[in-house]
Amino acid sequence: MSKKNKPEKSTQEPLFHIVKRSGLVWWKSWLIRLAAIVLALIFSGIVAFLLTKENPISLYATMIDGALGTKRRVWSLLQNLAMLLCVSLAITPAFKMRFWNIGAEGQVLIGGLATTACMILFGNKLSSPVLILVMIVTSILAGAIWAIIPAYFKAKWQTNETLFTLMMNYIAIQTVSCFVYKWSVPKGSGKIGEINGATQAGWLPSIGGNKYLLNILIVLALTIALYIYLKYSKHGYEISVVGESEKTANYIGINVKKVIIRTMFLSGALCGIAGFLLVAGADHTLTTDTAAGRGFTAIMVSWLAKFNPVYMIFASLLLVFLEKGAIEISTVFGLNKAFSEIITGIIIFFIIGSEFFINYSIQFRESAKEEQK
Amino acid sequence: MKKILAILLAMVLVFSLAACGADAGKTEDKTTGAGTDTSADVSSLKLGLICLHDENSTYDKNFIDAFKAAQTALGLSDDQVMIKRNVPESNECYEAAADLVDHGCNIIFADSFGHEDFLIKAAKENPDVQFCHATGTKAHTEKLANYHNAFASIYEGRYLAGVAAGLKLNEMIEAGKFTAEEAVIGYVGAFTYAEVVSGYTSFFLGARSICPTATMKVQFTGSWYDETAEKEAANTLIAAGCKLISQHADSMGAPTACETKGIPNVSYNGSTEAACPNTFIVSSRIDWTPYYMYVAKSVLEGTEIAYDWCGGIEEGSVVLTSVNEQAAAVNTQSLIDETAAKLKSGEIHVFDTSTFTVGGETLNTYMADVDTDEAYTKDTEVISDGYFHESEYRAAPYFDLRIDGIELLNEKF
Repeated sequence: MSKKNKPEKSTQEPLFHIVKRSGLVWWKSWLIRLAAIVLALIFSGIVAFLLTKENPISLYATMIDGALGTKRRVWSLLQNLAMLLCVSLAITPAFKMRFWNIGAEGQVLIGGLATTACMILFGNKLSSPVLILVMIVTSILAGAIWAIIPAYFKAKWQTNETLFTLMMNYIAIQTVSCFVYKWSVPKGSGKIGEINGATQAGWLPSIGGNKYLLNILIVLALTIALYIYLKYSKHGYEISVVGESEKTANYIGINVKKVIIRTMFLSGALCGIAGFLLVAGADHTLTTDTAAGRGFTAIMVSWLAKFNPVYMIFASLLLVFLEKGAIEISTVFGLNKAFSEIITGIIIFFIIGSEFFINYSIQFRESAKEEQK
Repeated sequence: MKKILAILLAMVLVFSLAACGADAGKTEDKTTGAGTDTSADVSSLKLGLICLHDENSTYDKNFIDAFKAAQTALGLSDDQVMIKRNVPESNECYEAAADLVDHGCNIIFADSFGHEDFLIKAAKENPDVQFCHATGTKAHTEKLANYHNAFASIYEGRYLAGVAAGLKLNEMIEAGKFTAEEAVIGYVGAFTYAEVVSGYTSFFLGARSICPTATMKVQFTGSWYDETAEKEAANTLIAAGCKLISQHADSMGAPTACETKGIPNVSYNGSTEAACPNTFIVSSRIDWTPYYMYVAKSVLEGTEIAYDWCGGIEEGSVVLTSVNEQAAAVNTQSLIDETAAKLKSGEIHVFDTSTFTVGGETLNTYMADVDTDEAYTKDTEVISDGYFHESEYRAAPYFDLRIDGIELLNEKF
């Protein structure tokens, strides 16, 4: 502000100040990200060595081995990636609309509950293709209804969607808990156990001997579909406009309420599909832990990928890789799981931090004579 | 930029060298350690353990401690054992088991009831590996050569712990703290199924054999590990007039609630004396070491492992911790020993049908759901010779009678 008036060295000028960058060449931004990962690995290596006296290089080797070491582990990694990606895809349209849907955990659980209910109630009444169709439809509807309730309140009465969707999670967990008890085998044990283990009714078929392949293909198709939907469809455009400014949206004749409810229907429906895939395609049972925190991890994936479905593949891969690696570290080195979570936390912290340096540059005071742009 | 990169690279190099050096030293230690106590036999063994939680849960800690004790007893090196902690009761359990197979484990244990179906799945895919599941019910009906269930006659341990509780109640009645009719025991249970029902009933029968006026209230939490809910349940029971608390859930919730309120506590899974020095009386627990040893020896000798293995007091599977003299009544230890001897000799039975009634009637026949199925079919006659034969037709408990004298405060779980 007063730069011109003070040609002499000012005592109040800070050592550096932060300037917003105006667009960075793509390779520079990727270089910053890469540097962040390298720094994160070095820093967590030091922490690892100080805390455990284990060789950091062998820790990292173990991580890679845990995630990719065998064919089965690669499949398991891809399955986990697909599930996290599916939930991330689900929350993205809502997030792009600036509707903070943090209720994905509950929407996934309710979708899973609908799938479970069909498997238990119709397991020996319907033929497998019909049963699976019924399961898909009910889980989509269940997830969508769970998401539309807060959307309707938001559209109609401007309620806070963050709190509303969060609270819906707890209702979903308790509802699932109630049904898990009702259907538990043996009676009163609070565990459903494998559903239709003998008949495999309602189980998604394995393709070419691989039980996860179908899940992975379905999520891949959803990823492409959502990418096209957000980028090229009229709906996708409306979502961006509502997200940028509701007033502008109103001004150009977009029915904001309709967009909010429609988008949350989509968001919830995709969560319902995630619940369906988890129960019918992998677990074949339901617990309150079926969503396993993916509803919250997905928020990070969606943000890291800047709401771009293709980038989300990489963001999910990173998080799933870290998780698998962390589990392997704690198994091989006999460490508590908390330790591997510390390492994961450090790495994620650096990666999120790197976004700051992509968006802003630090300019040092001239007298500091540091390299300047 | 270049400079920074160069410095970073140099740091990585220095670091890895330093760390490699440290690691080499450690490997040497390991080999020398293994050389002293590893016989040629056991080198083929590799044991894996899948736990629902970690050492913070008294239940899982009990498994892990025994696992380590078995490791020492067998003389296995650290490379021959592997523990997977915090494995949920879902497909993750199957993945964890398959992963242990990848690591070369030839015996895999799992500790939680809900792991069963996923372990069976892994067992079907890996016929060369032995899968042993604690607390499960399906091995005797699945009939896989490499899948086994195990439990212990813990109802006997709880009966003995109940004896200690009854003695304490008597002492408090004699001291005039409350009348004989007010001798109410509180019990925090996880779920309403047989494992818990068998546990609280045997505990109650043990207590009533010493303090005939005792009654019991049971509060369920609907979770095996929920510290807040367990503490709340204990507080609810204390507020409802319970004079002594015991629990069948895996956190420190109930014992700490008792310590705060100064109410005597009979614990489970292991001693809680360190945290509750003024109220801890005694704890019953299952020692899994004999089972681990039995399985390891069977594999080494190439003998078959039983579908259902049920350890008792004799095998050292059912044990009681040492009695805390500060909180327990006098002569507790001697009375426990005396009763244990009677149980061993068969002079008394925990579920002697002459000691309890159901709906006012003495039972002389009862069909229990021994073969687990969705319809809860009652398939096996379990009462004969005047007592309920618990853990004989399968290792996991199936006593699920609601006997008179025990009031369930909530049955929603």
